[in-house]
Amino acid sequence: MVSVASDHRRADRDEADRYVSPTVRQSVKILVSGPFGVGKTSLIDSVSEIVPLHTEEQMTQQSLGVDSLTGVERKTSTTVALDFGRITLGDDIVLYLYGTPGQRRFWDHWAGLAEGAIGALVLVDTRRLEESFEVFDQMELSDTPFAVAVNVFPDTPDIPLDQVVAALDLPTDTPMTSCRALDRQSSIQALITLVEHATASSRLTGAHR
Amino acid sequence: MVDPTDYLGPVRPYVLTGGQARPSRNTVRPETLLVANADASLPPSATRQHRSLVQLCRGMLSLAEAAAHLKIPVSVAAVMVSDLVDSGHLAVRTVGADPDTPNQELLERVLHGLRSL
Repeated sequence: MVSVASDHRRADRDEADRYVSPTVRQSVKILVSGPFGVGKTSLIDSVSEIVPLHTEEQMTQQSLGVDSLTGVERKTSTTVALDFGRITLGDDIVLYLYGTPGQRRFWDHWAGLAEGAIGALVLVDTRRLEESFEVFDQMELSDTPFAVAVNVFPDTPDIPLDQVVAALDLPTDTPMTSCRALDRQSSIQALITLVEHATASSRLTGAHR
Repeated sequence: MVDPTDYLGPVRPYVLTGGQARPSRNTVRPETLLVANADASLPPSATRQHRSLVQLCRGMLSLAEAAAHLKIPVSVAAVMVSDLVDSGHLAVRTVGADPDTPNQELLERVLHGLRSL
């Protein structure tokens, strides 16, 4: 459950803190990806200094097979939601965490959402790993560096991370970690795993990606 | 002329943008930081939506935050922001010549910042 420390922090997150500090000069972003219900918004809420915000875009596309529109005689119009949070690092960088549905076709509905991102933290729930398959199909097509974090729920079976890597058929050097999305330090640690990987990739290639 | 954005019900998104479907510049992203230019006042012809956006940006906010507070899609806010940057009413505050590539130095500062939380 929510710790006492985070309750104190939560009480501080009111309207007065809506604005970014005027000392901030750069903004960066990380995508938090994964299937519905995997804990993206929980992780963002744990880390964010603002109450997470919500925006929606309408995407009109035929037969996405997402919403049941039985009896509605028109093309599918799906609302795609984006939940996001913010954390100030030092006094001059602000990091945005965008919770994106796993499927790449949804990302594309926000112009520039993935462009310039440090990387993506992909959350998985090992109790229903198959729901993450499409996310990885898309991640493998993308240049965005990514790390995988198993969100540990109270009844999550204790599966070694290398078995999860094997089940997902990911490259053996894919950064893997586990976290509890409701816990702030645990969530921060998962983000650190991703940024370490992105930094190492950047060093290796001499440029980001 | 009737300002269509004075109507408080739902309107088709391009009504808010004066018919534009795409921003006039491609550098505005969800994380782009914006702040209103206190010296520039909006012309009387400015729409209610443009006024709300400039008013909201009296402090620094990203495009996505501004869109969320105004309850409009990010894509619609991006078009409005581009216009307001072109007209000098909003300023982009994010520095960095090439935001496409978070460079090594920036990544290391982010890492340091996260470890210090």
